[in-house]
Amino acid sequence: MKPELLLKRLREFLPPESILSEREDLNPYESDGLTAFKQLPLLVVLPETEAQVQQVLRLCHAEAVPVVARGAGTGLSGGALPLTNGILLSLAKFSRIEHIDPLARTARVQPGVRNLAISEAAAKHGLYYAPDPSSQIICSIGGNVAENSGGVHCLKYGLTVNNILALRVITIEGEMLEIGSTALDSAGYDLLALMTGSEGMLGVITEVTVKLLPKPERAQVLMAGFDSVEKAGAAVAKIISAGIIPAGLEMMDKLAIRAAEDFVHAGYPLDVEAILLCELDGVNEEVSEEIKRVHTLLQEAGATTLRTAQDDAERLKFWAGRKAAFPAVGRLAPDYYCMDGTIPRKRLPEVLKRIHEYSVHYGLPVANVFHAGDGNLHPLILYDANKSGELVRAEAFGAKILELCVEVGGTITGEHGVGVEKIDQMCVQFMSHELNLFHALKKAWDEQTLLNPGKAVPTLHRCAEYGAMHVHQGKTKFPDVPRF
Amino acid sequence: MQTLLDQFSETIRLAGTRRRPLRIRGSGSKDFYGGPSQGDVLEVSGYRGIVDYAPEELVITARAGTLLHEIEAVLADQGQMLPFEPPHFGQHATLGGCVAAGLSGPRRASSGAVRDFVLGVRMMNGQGEQLQFGGQVMKNVAGYDVSRLMAGSLGTLGLLLEVSLKVLPKPKAEATLQFELNEYQALEAMNRWAGQPYPISATCYHDHVLTIRLSGAQSAIQATHAKLGGQLMVAGDEFWHSIREQTSRFFREENSLWRVSLPSTANLQLPGKQLVEWGGALRWVVTDAEVAKVRAVAAEAGGQATLFRGATKPKTVFHPLPKPLLQVHQRMKRAFDPHGVFNIGRMYPDF
Repeated sequence: MKPELLLKRLREFLPPESILSEREDLNPYESDGLTAFKQLPLLVVLPETEAQVQQVLRLCHAEAVPVVARGAGTGLSGGALPLTNGILLSLAKFSRIEHIDPLARTARVQPGVRNLAISEAAAKHGLYYAPDPSSQIICSIGGNVAENSGGVHCLKYGLTVNNILALRVITIEGEMLEIGSTALDSAGYDLLALMTGSEGMLGVITEVTVKLLPKPERAQVLMAGFDSVEKAGAAVAKIISAGIIPAGLEMMDKLAIRAAEDFVHAGYPLDVEAILLCELDGVNEEVSEEIKRVHTLLQEAGATTLRTAQDDAERLKFWAGRKAAFPAVGRLAPDYYCMDGTIPRKRLPEVLKRIHEYSVHYGLPVANVFHAGDGNLHPLILYDANKSGELVRAEAFGAKILELCVEVGGTITGEHGVGVEKIDQMCVQFMSHELNLFHALKKAWDEQTLLNPGKAVPTLHRCAEYGAMHVHQGKTKFPDVPRF
Repeated sequence: MQTLLDQFSETIRLAGTRRRPLRIRGSGSKDFYGGPSQGDVLEVSGYRGIVDYAPEELVITARAGTLLHEIEAVLADQGQMLPFEPPHFGQHATLGGCVAAGLSGPRRASSGAVRDFVLGVRMMNGQGEQLQFGGQVMKNVAGYDVSRLMAGSLGTLGLLLEVSLKVLPKPKAEATLQFELNEYQALEAMNRWAGQPYPISATCYHDHVLTIRLSGAQSAIQATHAKLGGQLMVAGDEFWHSIREQTSRFFREENSLWRVSLPSTANLQLPGKQLVEWGGALRWVVTDAEVAKVRAVAAEAGGQATLFRGATKPKTVFHPLPKPLLQVHQRMKRAFDPHGVFNIGRMYPDF
């Protein structure tokens, strides 16, 4: 369908301010949080009602126009990157918290509501929404569901998939589906699990009902420094083997510590190779007991410095360093590339050693930030996009890290999603049978593959090419084939 | 074990060619659950054994035919447990049956369900091909979450071969408290307490008595007991076991046993007797009321009703799906099992 005609049809049911078609209006939408990838959409639409979303999708279905749904656009894998021949469907106007039920501990919200806004609204009831991705001030709950976002409290409190109850989803055919419910289980297949992390490939989410948890009575944090990454890793295993599940358990390596300390003065020791932050929460008496035990365990594990936050202000200061780790590392170089593999925790020393070797090989420094409790590793590769060849080297370095994660029994993405960024590494993680099933599942929902096409799951053809791609330094043999 | 896999694959392929469906069967402990499925029995309990268990990683991987008892014993040796407390309903219940049935026990409302702890699966699709999804790590968003989708799919999407589960440490201590309350007060208390940072790990209301279990450090349990009051129950473990395995007197009635899943604060008015679990979100109902009546009342309360056990079963034991959802189910079934080999009728009559 010609763009002019599409525009005309959209104007039949959308008010003029809900359609953007001029180049200068489209520019702000050219990328999501992965800014290395940029592309202008054909049009941007900003519907306000479910009925409008249904109409947009029905039109796209009838005319075979691709659609990319987007929340806040903070995703780090290019999952919400626009398509030149498609509509970008922004859910930004779906920003209402519709209902909070303090007794049943649920919140029903529109998908454009910010993650943190839910906890803020629930705070007066002593409740909060547990998943806390680092972008929680700006990222939207709809995007969290699409990516199955995590945060620093996953080991104890789970990911998005463990903390949502129900969704309203519109299919590409414009059909409204109610998935899950405020009961704890529903008849049929667990479509709630399938939708979570499906990266906008199966349907468009127009409402999310989340579980709210009571705020813990008390939270306390310990900070331990170690003279080797191995010792810090062993300390993590000791804590978990002792039957303690910390609310947060984070590790940073030397470069990340230095960057964070320079940036926010969190009080981190600078003469160590790694630090661990261990937060315990729960009933007051239990936290007191566990703090003592963890203190002893960390001493036994060879911590060279060990401090318990004296008050809430110091606790928040310890966390401030960790939470600012990405921007802090960002000050060390003009650009950084954030990776997101997960590994079995016991393989950490070996993985960090190999990452260091790659770092030397590619001539690019790397800082490592690690969700130590759940094995999710974020190496931050430092580079300068203005220096010729550095972006290509950073991408090649990143690809090696992801392949390493798969090799040691882990995965290419723990919480950021595949999007366009890791689509080639999917070929390393999955065989053709699995990829075929993913495509069949996609078609069960979206026969013409119009929803976010080309993201998340590579074609077998593409994987075959990727096998031969290494010799081409990241450039495919067929430059005309769209990369997305 | 490879020979067994080859046999499974061959049987499945043959079944597809001959258009003769298969009924997947572990130990048969949950044969009573779900609709009547047709076809030849595919015995799978021989594919068993724990493949990998790393207590410090909080992950266990076992073949689907492994006995639940064996897994729980191995975990208990390391002070760990399956957090969703699955009901066994038989001595020889298998891991595969547990995941396929997707049933969770008393800890469900506080810890999560089977699906919350499934990290990865190896399975065989309707063409006898082996596929692997997820893995042995806690966070993994590569590809669609097929592993969790398998939980509760009643074997209709594929044959489970191997499952990786997240496990957790057993609580240091537990205590069971009882309160005499009417149903209204009990529902209110369960919901209100769940909104407080109390270490409540299970709840049950029946016959004017609210029973709750506290789990955690001894000091935390004592402090919570002091706040909430209630009578300390001596045989707490036996009580929760009788609820989990449905050996208590309530579950031994002649009439149909319905499982109604609904919002925890909802009111459910049905003739017969009720037992409430999961902080109010699960109601077991023994009633001779008509199927249509039970379903209508459950739906009115915002929930769904499954005929869990009954002498005569209606065509559909699970709550009927609205048409658009049913269509999605049928298409997904075809994606996994294009020739309609697995457990036809176990979940819904047509697939």
